[in-house]
Amino acid sequence: MNDLRNAIRDYVVKEYLEDGDDREVREDTPLITGGIVDSFSMVSLKRFLERKYSIQIPDAQATPQAFDTVNSIAELVRRFTTTV
Amino acid sequence: MAYATKTGEWYRNELETLRGQGLFKQERFIHAPQGAEIDVEFPAGEPPRRVINMCANNYLGLSSHPEVVAAAHAGLDARGYGMSSVRFICGTQDIHRELERKLTAFLGTEDTLLFPSCMDANAGVFEAVLSEQDVMIADRLVHASIVDGMRLCKAMTDTFKHSDMDHLEEKLREHQDKRFRMVITDGVFSMDGDLAKLDEIVRLAEKYDAMVFVDESHASGFIGKTGRGTHERFGVVGRIDIITTTLGKALGGASGGCVSGRAELVEMCRQRARPYLFSNTVAPVIVAGALKVLDLVSATTARRDKLEGNTKYWRSLLTKARFDIKPGDSPIVPVMLYNAKLAQDVARDLFDEGIYAVGFFFPVVAKGQARIRTQLSAAHERYHLDAAAEAFRKVGDKHGILGLDKNQIIEKFGL
Repeated sequence: MNDLRNAIRDYVVKEYLEDGDDREVREDTPLITGGIVDSFSMVSLKRFLERKYSIQIPDAQATPQAFDTVNSIAELVRRFTTTV
Repeated sequence: MAYATKTGEWYRNELETLRGQGLFKQERFIHAPQGAEIDVEFPAGEPPRRVINMCANNYLGLSSHPEVVAAAHAGLDARGYGMSSVRFICGTQDIHRELERKLTAFLGTEDTLLFPSCMDANAGVFEAVLSEQDVMIADRLVHASIVDGMRLCKAMTDTFKHSDMDHLEEKLREHQDKRFRMVITDGVFSMDGDLAKLDEIVRLAEKYDAMVFVDESHASGFIGKTGRGTHERFGVVGRIDIITTTLGKALGGASGGCVSGRAELVEMCRQRARPYLFSNTVAPVIVAGALKVLDLVSATTARRDKLEGNTKYWRSLLTKARFDIKPGDSPIVPVMLYNAKLAQDVARDLFDEGIYAVGFFFPVVAKGQARIRTQLSAAHERYHLDAAAEAFRKVGDKHGILGLDKNQIIEKFGL
């Protein structure tokens, strides 16, 4: 589970923080409500997770709430895979 | 009054929440035509006050130009007030097609289709030309109307970091399995006033077989040597597949927008774009005014040259007064204040000093990026800018922000 969280956090930092943005992303940092990830750009995170873990997350479950923290995203991924 | 009391209560609470968050927007009533000086009733009920307008999209000062007004009058007499129809039933006059041809020539494209607004153009264009097999790759700071249009389209969405060409290239590489790729950007970004790196975007699009879409609403009429837009500025005229732009800013400021570009893409919009198919035609009076606007901007660059001079002058005045401004050379000059309340306080104090400028803060800009967005016009004279700069200096001094950089402002006022 820690590997999963780290992978998600690394992706968020690389994909969403602009150069020079030194905000810390912790496991409970609000990503969407905190303005780091906008709900529109969230799509690439969903695709990253689906590719990396060979899963399909139904759109109905890929809600801004489910994607709001590294913890909640990890929990969502865990529900769709038994190997992580 | 069909709904239950609790339904109404829910909406009233929601509005109260907006008030409490400082996000409640109020209109100010202007008792004059658009111009460098306007008479503003604010707060509502107070007698109007004459103020210098530093927040209009009236970049070329054509919104109330006598020749444009006269042409609109003549158009009203010759072609009537309304058409009571969408374009394809009985809403297309000879002047609609004439305006489309003139816009095509001005923008250096193959064909153009008018829409009731650029918001409508952006809402309809993606769905009309892309589908499930395709991907739209948008700059993260594109205008809200583009985001709405992309949401209506079934193609996959993706985004790249603002003006980050390495990130864009990564995305283009990642999506090579798609049928069509479309790179989507504003030409001039409305909040920061910076320009898209269109030459690099076009080079990448050609390398990775992608279409390029540019919204030129804050560029058409004045960016580039002859005001054609960002594509002229970066030497890529004729290499942009789709341009959307508005007649509601520099080009007369009334309303109306268009999709312009490759003939087959424009034709797809004519056949399929829902805001075009299901919305009324642009009123003849606006078409007549816009035709005159295009004559004026095609005949001389005097207005865009004056705007460029005003922009340089205004930037130099604010820099001299030691404000923190976003660098660039577009007539959008954001004065950075970072703190939302500070932006509102400064805007209010500026109004008291006779300057009309508006504070922007989250959700219009990112959190911690609050600002006063000033916009220049060819209608401004140097004395307007001198007076505005003096008011800015006075208000900046009152709040103790002159000479402070980003960190110092945040330290003093918080985020």
